[in-house]
Amino acid sequence: MTRSERKNLLMGLAFISPWIVGLLALTLYPVLLSLYYSFCDYDVLSPPVWIGTLNYTDMVTDNVFWLSLWNTVVYTAFAVPLGLMLSLLIAVLLNQPIMGRSIFRTIFFLPSMVPLVAVAMIWLWIFNGKFGLLNEILSMIGIDGPNWLTDPKWTKPAIVITSLWQTGGTVVIYLAALQDVPRHLYEAAEVDGAKPWHRLWHITIPMISPVIYFNMIMGLIGSLQVFVGSYVMLGGGGPDRSALFYAVYLYENAFKYLKMGYASAMAWLLFLLIVLLTWIATRLTCKHIHYGN
Amino acid sequence: MRLADRPFPACLLVFVLCLWGGCSEHQDQYTPDGRLILTYWEKWTGFEAQAMQQIVDDYNQSQQKVYVKMLNVSQIDQKLLLAAAGGNPPDIAGLWSHTINIYAEKSALTPLNNHLEARHIGKEKYVPVFWDLCSHRGYVWGLPSTPSTMALHWNQRLFAEAGLDPQKPPQTIAQLDQMAEQLTLVNVIRDGKSLQVRYPQLTVEEKQAKRFEIVQLGFTPSVPGWWNEMWGFWFDGELWDGENRIQSDHPGNLAAYEWMAGYYQKFGVENLMKFGSSFGNFASPQSPFFSERVAMVLQGTWNFNFIQQYAPQLQWAAAAFPSWEQTDGKPVSIVETDVLVIPRGVRHVREALDFICYVNQQPVMEKLAMGQRKFSPLATVSPTFYQQHPNPYIKVFAQLAQSPNVRYVPRMTIWQEYKDEMVVAIDQLGRLEVSPQQAMDNVQKRVQRKLDRAQRRWDRVEIQRISDWQKVMSDDTQ
Repeated sequence: MTRSERKNLLMGLAFISPWIVGLLALTLYPVLLSLYYSFCDYDVLSPPVWIGTLNYTDMVTDNVFWLSLWNTVVYTAFAVPLGLMLSLLIAVLLNQPIMGRSIFRTIFFLPSMVPLVAVAMIWLWIFNGKFGLLNEILSMIGIDGPNWLTDPKWTKPAIVITSLWQTGGTVVIYLAALQDVPRHLYEAAEVDGAKPWHRLWHITIPMISPVIYFNMIMGLIGSLQVFVGSYVMLGGGGPDRSALFYAVYLYENAFKYLKMGYASAMAWLLFLLIVLLTWIATRLTCKHIHYGN
Repeated sequence: MRLADRPFPACLLVFVLCLWGGCSEHQDQYTPDGRLILTYWEKWTGFEAQAMQQIVDDYNQSQQKVYVKMLNVSQIDQKLLLAAAGGNPPDIAGLWSHTINIYAEKSALTPLNNHLEARHIGKEKYVPVFWDLCSHRGYVWGLPSTPSTMALHWNQRLFAEAGLDPQKPPQTIAQLDQMAEQLTLVNVIRDGKSLQVRYPQLTVEEKQAKRFEIVQLGFTPSVPGWWNEMWGFWFDGELWDGENRIQSDHPGNLAAYEWMAGYYQKFGVENLMKFGSSFGNFASPQSPFFSERVAMVLQGTWNFNFIQQYAPQLQWAAAAFPSWEQTDGKPVSIVETDVLVIPRGVRHVREALDFICYVNQQPVMEKLAMGQRKFSPLATVSPTFYQQHPNPYIKVFAQLAQSPNVRYVPRMTIWQEYKDEMVVAIDQLGRLEVSPQQAMDNVQKRVQRKLDRAQRRWDRVEIQRISDWQKVMSDDTQ
């Protein structure tokens, strides 16, 4: 390396040093430390005590851990596909040449701009068993609505519905992808007599499949870390821990029970779970994703 | 060569200086007139914070040595935890008494025994329970500020409407149950017409089928539901033996939850759930007691303030909550107090304690209690205190704190986990999915294991902790 190249390298490093130091000090160091704490009995205030794999083996016998994992998996199983389908449907509709299209696009994106806690507070009232808007609408069609937030059977569906309200971000990504689909493919299909449904199924969806895949992975990661809805609307886990999600239980262990070691172990397990599920999702879908060239 | 010509060393230098500045040792701060500044974190907001600020201002004017700077801090327990872990806590903090033992055992607080002995401050100065609430494992960790007890609040107008004497609250659990029925209004459909009747006027069939809608409820143990895990105290129950055994399956607790389940069986799970979902927040006019939809509730000393704010027209009164088998006629209540503590690692323990002791002087404490509309934890109270107090029932709350049957949250480090398990068990009980025995057995099994683990951890560090506390005390008093 010449003197000038070395100087350029140092200059480059100097300019990106805030990011490098931030990554090392504020991300990598805590992440590695949490790995160490996951093998310790650590309550933040007193020094950590090495206990080997006890935190991990404790998880096996902790019924609440399994329950929180189950709740999260059930939530993910419904929230991700429903979110993907709904946002794709909205994006396809918003992509049609209709009057006031940009106004509709703004309206659908607006909920994504509202802070999650504010959203949760609004839904708290919408789901109110007696005075809630949702039950009021249901009563108009002769359905006696449930106590969404106090009946354990209905808390998870309530949180899933809440998540569907904030699909604006995903819709925007879909819209960008839809506009990238070459027009000539639709024109060719129309000449061949393809109906709108066939154009959607045989052209649109294959052409935007990488974006669907991206949204699915992001949705999967986000859903496995679902926190705000349960924490704000249900004060933690809801009745009978029916909406105690993994991230909520992790938070409770860390900051409510001061079991930082156990929480760290849970965090690492969640990380591994996300990696595993992402890998499985990639393997299962790789043959169906069309990357053009 | 100028530094500006050498960008890499210049950037590095600036960066190191920034880090240096951020990681520097905590420095004492002084006012322009040379007074040492003490930082005081307090959880209160609103009029309670204003009352404390007045005391702080009085103290700052009363001497020239230190200046106490009060900061209102939300979620103080978590923030104090992080500040203590980071080695930069405030000089004084206002905590709740139920958190003292947790912080003490983790060496986050300064033990004060030697300091208090030197100042001749002892248990005799206080109503005994408050000294106990500030102590843990034989050490004193702070001094009380203003306390609260829980009492029965009843709506006198609804009593009169139901044909009950508005001046006479229930004296026994049986009377409470009977009055609760009389005070309950329900909508029922008879011959195709909707009628509003009192619960005792329902037919046996209607009661069994739970074919009614609750409009107004006399009482239910689940409203407000803040101390559901402690109902056993009113039935001679215990939650913990004080050593190494959980006692959620204590006969007193089982009796309490049989009683609680009785309300769900009587009024119907669905009916209560539907009625409960119509409530607004506690701090709002839609709160069930303020909106006169529940006639009797167990509430704390603070309820008076909220009634004044949200339902000033409410005709109410307060008395001891009836208990199952009153011991020598002494009432049962739950007590809690705010505690002023000095976090561990504070450099000016003496100065911080000077302020805490100032707050604990009788006239100062009474001024604070009056401002916060609570009562004084001190054994001696001036005769005018109760006369001038805005809460007409303040003496009821003060007397409850002196009852031998007054109880408090078990002083165990795993209490939060224990409480959460109890909440889940009572939730299941509230839907009549499990019997009280099953519910409490589940809690017993789960929490006992947690207690055993906490005990093992304590056994490992006990000697080190206690010698540590002794050392801190001897260092501080030298």
